[in-house]
Amino acid sequence: MFFYVLGDTKVIAAVYGPKAGTRKNENPEKACIEVIWKPKTGQSGKPEREYEMVLKKTLQSICLLNVHPNTTTSIVIQVVNDDGALLPCAINAACAALVDAGIPLKHLAVAICCCMNEGGHILLDPSKIEEQKVKGFVYLVFPNSIVSMVPQESLRAGGELMEHGIITSVTHGMMAVDDYFSCLKLGRAAAAELSDFLRNSLKLKAGNDPSKAG
Amino acid sequence: MGGSVNGGATDLSSEMEVDAFRRLFPLRFHERHLVESVRPDARPLGKARETSLALGAVGSADGSALAKIGCTTMLAAIKMEVMTPTTEAPDEGCVAIDFHMPAICSPIVRPGRPAEAAPVVSKQLSDTILSSGMIDLKQLSLVSGKAAWMAYLDIYCLDADGALFDAALLAAAAAFSHLQIPVVSLNDDGRIVVVSKQNEVEKLKNKPVNEEKRKLKLKSIPFALTCILHKNYILADPTAEEESIMETLITIVLDSSCQLVSLNKPGGPALAYESVVQDCIALSRQRVRELQTILNEAISDMEVD
Repeated sequence: MFFYVLGDTKVIAAVYGPKAGTRKNENPEKACIEVIWKPKTGQSGKPEREYEMVLKKTLQSICLLNVHPNTTTSIVIQVVNDDGALLPCAINAACAALVDAGIPLKHLAVAICCCMNEGGHILLDPSKIEEQKVKGFVYLVFPNSIVSMVPQESLRAGGELMEHGIITSVTHGMMAVDDYFSCLKLGRAAAAELSDFLRNSLKLKAGNDPSKAG
Repeated sequence: MGGSVNGGATDLSSEMEVDAFRRLFPLRFHERHLVESVRPDARPLGKARETSLALGAVGSADGSALAKIGCTTMLAAIKMEVMTPTTEAPDEGCVAIDFHMPAICSPIVRPGRPAEAAPVVSKQLSDTILSSGMIDLKQLSLVSGKAAWMAYLDIYCLDADGALFDAALLAAAAAFSHLQIPVVSLNDDGRIVVVSKQNEVEKLKNKPVNEEKRKLKLKSIPFALTCILHKNYILADPTAEEESIMETLITIVLDSSCQLVSLNKPGGPALAYESVVQDCIALSRQRVRELQTILNEAISDMEVD
């Protein structure tokens, strides 16, 4: 269970599993990830379905699915308060919850929201009001920086760092192609900082909790 | 040592029938093609399937279109209804978009159970269409604060063979360009009524409200291209088989002036590096031009008839 707070946006992520068996239409040779999105009030509709799908595919890409084949891990996201950048907040929460539950992961995912206002300035992590006012916004998810003994590990063939690859990108509203790339650059820098924060807070947690240490 | 799975598959491929190999080792089957820069359906990697468009496919709708990209078939139809606009936007109409996936469209969809993909595509469609500014909602106003049009756009997937969103968006844009807004007039009670062909008498009595505004002016129509990222390859416009085997999809929506409307990559095992995203955008630019000509041809064919 993990409680993630980003300004006034609050999300609780809970992980249950791995439980035996997968659902129909899922590959039993791999672990199955199931995401249940609970909105703050009311029933879940189309936006929640979209969040579930994006979150599920994002988490699938960071989990080591071959470790527990034919199992299902459920992630329940309860929105406590929405004040903008809800999906990035939920992704960070879910990721931390997976670590807390001890689900094997390749790396962490770091999510960030960048938005482009009318003047061409880029804001990070907007509030709900800002989100409605701006021209367009992007949710970006990057892998966290790998601390590896072997420096080549974090490099791809083209010389691009692995943490520069986008796991997930969701945009709303119009923007120029160049603006997208400047959002990408800024988001990447912010994600690196956030990645260090996540790493440190998870280290602290592991240190305090003797059952999780080691 | 021939114990590894890969080694085994290579050995088998020479003695096995192609269809059996395709079913047993789908990923290896596709990768073998990719090395030769060709796909199982004989397309080069960056080429989309043949696309066709027919306007006015549904007689009872106010605007409709049938779009086909390869085998993926989408039927879009618009029904217009008069409604009272909200107080926040008294001189704007409204567009309601819904995407349906009946059981006939794919073997994965079971009857009686809603397809998982349908609400997601539906949400993405309405986000894209509304944020692209293709439709100026002010054009849907009839009498400010009193009456405005509500456009119900329903898109039915008749055959789901990959790149659903691309085909659905094309069908939606085509249906809007085919849309013929019904003539309405104010009756004696001050109510808006649709002028049908039968009651010509009424037409003479009450002047129509919107005689000139029968067509929507669409600005900057958005077009989408879905690509698969697999290793170093980029495959444009995937089929359902390719989508199920190589899971990283990226959908780029550009409008006619090449502004980015949406760039959607929901997870997937492959990471999208900046150079890859640039390549995908270049492919989409090309595709936008292709789709624009297809749409323009369909519209001019319609006008000739």
